[in-house]
Amino acid sequence: MSDIRPVGPTRAETEQDAAEQVMTVGVPETPLTVEPERKPGKQARPASLWNDAWYDLRRRPLFVLSAVLIAILLVMAVFPGLFSRVNPMDATTCVLSNARQAPSSVHWFGTDNLGCDVYARTIYGARNSIVVGVSTTIVTALFGGLLGLIAGFKSGATDTVLSRTTEIFFAIPQILGALLILSVFGTGNVWTIMLALSVLAWPMTFRIMRAAVITAKNQDYVIAARALGAGSGRIMFRHILPNAVAPVIVIATINLGGFIAAEAALSFLGVGIQSPDISWGLMIDSARDRFLEAFAPLLFPALFLSITVLAFIMLGDAVRDALDPKLR
Amino acid sequence: MGRYIIRRLIQAIPVLLGSTLLIFATVFVLPGDPIAALAGEKRADPTIVAILREQYHLNDPFFVQYWNYISGVFQGNFGRTFANVEVSEIMAGKFQVTLNLAMTALILEAIIGVGLGLWAALRRGKATDSAILASTLVLISIPTLVTGFVLQLILGVQLKQSFGIDFFPVAGISEGWRSYLVPGFVLAGTSIAYLTRLTRTSLVETLRADFVRTAVAKGMSRRRVVGRHALRNALIPMVTYLGADLGTLMGGAVITESIFNIPGIGQELFRSVYERQQPVVVGIVTILVLVYILANLIVDLLYAVLDPRIRYE
Repeated sequence: MSDIRPVGPTRAETEQDAAEQVMTVGVPETPLTVEPERKPGKQARPASLWNDAWYDLRRRPLFVLSAVLIAILLVMAVFPGLFSRVNPMDATTCVLSNARQAPSSVHWFGTDNLGCDVYARTIYGARNSIVVGVSTTIVTALFGGLLGLIAGFKSGATDTVLSRTTEIFFAIPQILGALLILSVFGTGNVWTIMLALSVLAWPMTFRIMRAAVITAKNQDYVIAARALGAGSGRIMFRHILPNAVAPVIVIATINLGGFIAAEAALSFLGVGIQSPDISWGLMIDSARDRFLEAFAPLLFPALFLSITVLAFIMLGDAVRDALDPKLR
Repeated sequence: MGRYIIRRLIQAIPVLLGSTLLIFATVFVLPGDPIAALAGEKRADPTIVAILREQYHLNDPFFVQYWNYISGVFQGNFGRTFANVEVSEIMAGKFQVTLNLAMTALILEAIIGVGLGLWAALRRGKATDSAILASTLVLISIPTLVTGFVLQLILGVQLKQSFGIDFFPVAGISEGWRSYLVPGFVLAGTSIAYLTRLTRTSLVETLRADFVRTAVAKGMSRRRVVGRHALRNALIPMVTYLGADLGTLMGGAVITESIFNIPGIGQELFRSVYERQQPVVVGIVTILVLVYILANLIVDLLYAVLDPRIRYE
């Protein structure tokens, strides 16, 4: 073993090292199997949780597949014009006499009840789904995560009040609650949907963060940092947070797919994205009445919706396997 | 045991108060005037409006209104709609329909989820296991919206036209329990996948335990080892999931109800939001919160039945 790291007070004295240690906790020590050093002369970096996870992720076919799918979807969301020459926002592209045509070389996915091109609409529908999914994930992760960090770290009255509050939110059914909140705004758009979903979803992140913080709080390195005179803020953000953030990232990735499905459901129910804006849920809703005559306008948005959700759930699965060594 | 139940019920009161207060406040700020809506197209007579507003206590401050409402609920009185119908009367029938749907979903979920999970755990690392895990991934990813319409087309239309099989009704509830089969399956979809995974993980862990090895060493049959020793010990996380899921299924039924045209509370809530029937909206959500609280309590009490080592003080 060439990689025996010096231990003892001399190295752990500076806080820099304490922080470095934080990153390596919970990961098996650097390879026990002797691996030839690739760059002699340059000291090999100790495998941190993130390096290790990234190394692991790149080798998973599931991760690669979902990453490619998500990359395509992101390009589709940002530059839909790359995929379709027809701009579905332009009402003149819809010809009513062409309504409910089967897929053909002109209209790859056929046409809908109003004679609009389903392919173009499906491509342009990606943006709203992605925006709602990503923004809701970020907001719930930041808000729930921050409160979870505070509750787990402070414990006592702060924790009790926050935890009891989340219990209240947990008891409210998600879709029905979101439906109600969106009705207050009258007309739905991506931001009101994001808000409605976030209001009901943050307690999940809160709980996971709080549990992770409570575990991390009692570790030796935190006591060491405190003994060295580190303040609460420093301990929370430099020592505890890097150790507690992994489960939050996992749950956030998995939830992202769920938020996209929820957006489609709310738009389907008529309280989400409103016409003439485009959403897969809305397209499914408008195709449902005539779906026995023309199944394509319902099938293709449904297919894209399923593939998008699948891509994010696969990503979440892969990230969980990589970040949670216990489940390996 | 009795004291434990009472303590849990007392703990549930703040949750119930908090969630109903939230819902009440949301409904309170809903745009639109329900009394003006009663008059329809015509302009409402101001005198009648004033009398009605007085009668429904709409001029009281928010907290007074909330207090009147919630004290009524604790006495089993959910109030009246603005069309002067008892809210409990409206809810009773709809609630039964959604409960039927959710229970069908829960039973399907338990049978299929536990069955597949058991199968995968016993064939761990083999092709069957991988196939089941892959199919759970797909099942989790397909939203209710999609499974609903696709099954409606396949079972309700294609099966009937091509093979003359008309066993699965796909709209309404006129066919008795059979009407709930397909919607129940659609509603349970995602949960089936999660339960399968949970059963597999839980069982794989238990099958590695010492007492299972001992049981095998004693010469017990495989069936008895798996059924009596492993499965029973692996049951707690599964039961927890199923219990928590009842509330989720009832609350999530609105989409399934919409696809299959099932007159349940989801549909009723939806209509009530549009008609600004505040008492119905709050009433439905209050009932759902109660279901959630009670289901979780029952699950906690079941722990002692499943594992006699657990006792309640």
